[in-house]
Amino acid sequence: MIRKERKVIITFHTTAMAIAMEAVCRKRQAPGRLIPVPKSISAGCGMAWCAAPEEKDMLCQLMKEEGITHQEIQVCMI
Amino acid sequence: MHDLIYLDNAATTMKKPEEVVQAVTRALCSLGNSGRGVHGAALDASRLVYETRVLVNELFHGWDPSQTAFTMNATEALNIALFGLLSPGDHVITTAAEHNSVLRPLYALEKQGVELTILPCDRMGRVDLNGFQREIRSNTRLLVCTHGSNLTGNLYDIQKIGEIAANMNVLFLVDASQTAGIFPIDLQRMHIDVLCFTGHKSLLGPQGTGGLIVRPDVKIRPLLYGGTGVQTYRKEQPPEMPAALEAGTMNVHGLAGLHASLQWLKEQGAERLREKELELMREFYHRVSPLSNVTVYGDFSVRERCPIVSLNIADADSSRAADLLMQEYGIAVRPGAHCAPLMHKALGTCEQGAVRFSFSHTNTMEEVIFAADAVRELAE
Repeated sequence: MIRKERKVIITFHTTAMAIAMEAVCRKRQAPGRLIPVPKSISAGCGMAWCAAPEEKDMLCQLMKEEGITHQEIQVCMI
Repeated sequence: MHDLIYLDNAATTMKKPEEVVQAVTRALCSLGNSGRGVHGAALDASRLVYETRVLVNELFHGWDPSQTAFTMNATEALNIALFGLLSPGDHVITTAAEHNSVLRPLYALEKQGVELTILPCDRMGRVDLNGFQREIRSNTRLLVCTHGSNLTGNLYDIQKIGEIAANMNVLFLVDASQTAGIFPIDLQRMHIDVLCFTGHKSLLGPQGTGGLIVRPDVKIRPLLYGGTGVQTYRKEQPPEMPAALEAGTMNVHGLAGLHASLQWLKEQGAERLREKELELMREFYHRVSPLSNVTVYGDFSVRERCPIVSLNIADADSSRAADLLMQEYGIAVRPGAHCAPLMHKALGTCEQGAVRFSFSHTNTMEEVIFAADAVRELAE
C-alpha cells in the first residue's frame, strides 16, 4: 500500500534551478532531497525539493540568501 | 541494497557495450575535427564519420551513406526535417502518439500557417492508420508517425503508412527514437522519405548523437547555417547532403561511440537482442497485469511491441510510486507525462501520469521478477 506523508514541496521553473537548490542545500547541510513533482502540485514531469513541513521557513530563507528562484511552495500530503 | 535496477531504457540505455566506452576514449585522445583539414587526425575523424554513415545506411537500407546527416539527437533531426519540409499553406498529418519533439515543432509551424491534423488514439493507445488516407488533402505535404510509442510501447505499422504516402504522392517521415537499432526498419521497402533517429537509446551509443536519413530527391531547407569545411566562399549553405544539414563541428567523439555500437549490434544480431527484451517485458507484464490494484496501459494483444510497460497502482500519484520504487527497492523508472501529452489524454492519465518500466537486453530475469514483486507489494 502506498501511504501518504505530509511534506513541504518546492518546485522550480527549470531542472537547472532544481539542481542548484540541491547544490546549495548540500553546501549548507539543509534537509531534504529531490523527488519527482507530485501530481497535487503539477501534472507533468520535473523534479521538486521535498522536506519535512517544519523546514519550510528555513528553506525559504535559504533560497532567498542563495538566489534560488522557485515556482511554488506547498505543504501537502504526497 | 543491491545495485541499481535500471528500468528506464526508453529514456536512455544506461549500460553500453564496453567497445563503445573504449571507442569514445580513443576518439577523445586521437581524433581531430572531421572535414576541417587534411592532416592525419582530421582525416581519421572524417573517415570515422563516413564509416558511421555507411553503417547507418546499411542498418536502415538507405540509398547512399551521404544521405545521412548527423545531429545531436532525434529532436534536432525532427526539427530540421519538419521546419525544412513544411511551409505556410502546407498540410501535415500526424498522430496523438507523438512525442513533444514532433508536436511542439508542429504547433510552432501551425502558428506560421501550416495546417495540422492529428489522428486520435483510442484508450489503448492505438491509432486508426486509415485516417492518414482519409485526411489527405490537395495541399497535404507530409505524414509524420512515430514507429513506437514511448509511453505505451505500441508499435505502428509504418509499412502501411508508407504505402499510403507513396500512393498519394506525399512525403513520409518516421520518428524511430524508440525502435532504431532493435526493430527492423527498411527505408526503401517501407517507402520512408525521412527517418529521424537518436543514438543513445536502443542504438546503444552516447547521448549527443542522432541523425536523419533523407531520400535523395527530397530537399530539406537547413535549420542551422555555418561552417562545413567545404565551399567556403559560397554565401549559402552547400546544397549537397550531408553538408546541407551539418553546419558546425560535429560530435565526432560521440559518433565514435555510435560507430562502435553499430558494429556491436551488427555482430550481436538485433533479432536476438529484441527477443530477450520482449521476453523480459512479457514476463513483467504477466506478473503485474493480473494484480487487482494495477492498471496497465497499451495494447498487449500483439506480439511485436516496444519493451515498455506503463502502469499505475490504484489512484496513487505516479511520482510517488516511482519515488518509492527508487527509495525502497532501488529501481529506476520514469513517472509523469513522458513528453507525450496527447497520449496521456487518450489514456485518461493526464493528472495521475504513469509509471513507465522500460527494458533492455542488459536487464536480467531476476531484475524483472524483483521489480514485479515490488509493484505487487506497493499494490497490496
